[in-house]
Amino acid sequence: MSWRLLLALLMALAAPAAAQDLLPPAPYAYRQIEDPALEAKAQALMETLRCLKCQSQSIADSDAPMAGDMRHQVRTRIAAGEDPEAVRAWLVERYGDYVSYKPAVSATTWPLFAIPLLLLLAVGLILRRRLGRAR
Amino acid sequence: MTWFRWVLLALVAGLFGLFAYMLSQPKEEFVESAMIGEAIPAFDLPPIVPDRPGLSSADLADGQPKLLNVFASWCVPCAAEAPNLARLEASGANIVAVAIRDRPEDVAQFLEAYGNPFSRIGRDDISAVQLSLGSSGVPETFVIDGRGVIRYQHIGDIRDSDVSVLLAELREAGA
Repeated sequence: MSWRLLLALLMALAAPAAAQDLLPPAPYAYRQIEDPALEAKAQALMETLRCLKCQSQSIADSDAPMAGDMRHQVRTRIAAGEDPEAVRAWLVERYGDYVSYKPAVSATTWPLFAIPLLLLLAVGLILRRRLGRAR
Repeated sequence: MTWFRWVLLALVAGLFGLFAYMLSQPKEEFVESAMIGEAIPAFDLPPIVPDRPGLSSADLADGQPKLLNVFASWCVPCAAEAPNLARLEASGANIVAVAIRDRPEDVAQFLEAYGNPFSRIGRDDISAVQLSLGSSGVPETFVIDGRGVIRYQHIGDIRDSDVSVLLAELREAGA
């Protein structure tokens, strides 16, 4: 392999790395809150918030810079005394239900909760009729 | 009871039809902002280059509708949309910007290379304003009316066909 080809290959590999910012992570992206009780609250919340850049991960799992910035928001707000559910509501207000992994009954999700109950009810009725007839 | 079986069969067939249809649809990759129609959250960002002032939420409620471009020098599509931002500016749009996780020298170099259509550029090192807008990536462009209310969000780079859409949204916002 000629050195020119090698150089071209190396440059092709270097290009994607350039599409990433060079700033250090936000202060609380990788640093825990000093108070362990608050950090535990923040950690529990971060595990149920979706990373918007890497949509199948939580922000606690992701190393995307934006997930780090979201962890900074969560930790500073909780360190300032905000309730975890208030922080979740702040994000849902901005990104919709999609940002939260915690199941919630809402105008769009209620069938998910209602249908299993209705099915159980139907099964119960059918069973009662069949068993009643057998007896 | 045969009618009951047919109904059941139809329900199951309908369910599998729904699965097949939804599986054939492309995945929605973008998370849209839920802030459309809401007032822009309060913020005050310092400048990032010497020849443009920073950006605050008060600047966005000064009576004149504006385009708010969320960009970064490290973002490749942001360079791709530069000619269309220039066209929007030439058509009379006042474009302000937020630079996400960026260094002053890199922004200066980026504007040198691709042009500077922005009247103000705020510096957002930890994506705080981006998160408060419900924006989930770069580039994104918001239409803000003269009262500082978010009226429209464009996700991704501005293609040729998006220019007229953004100008129409800007007109609708009162420009």
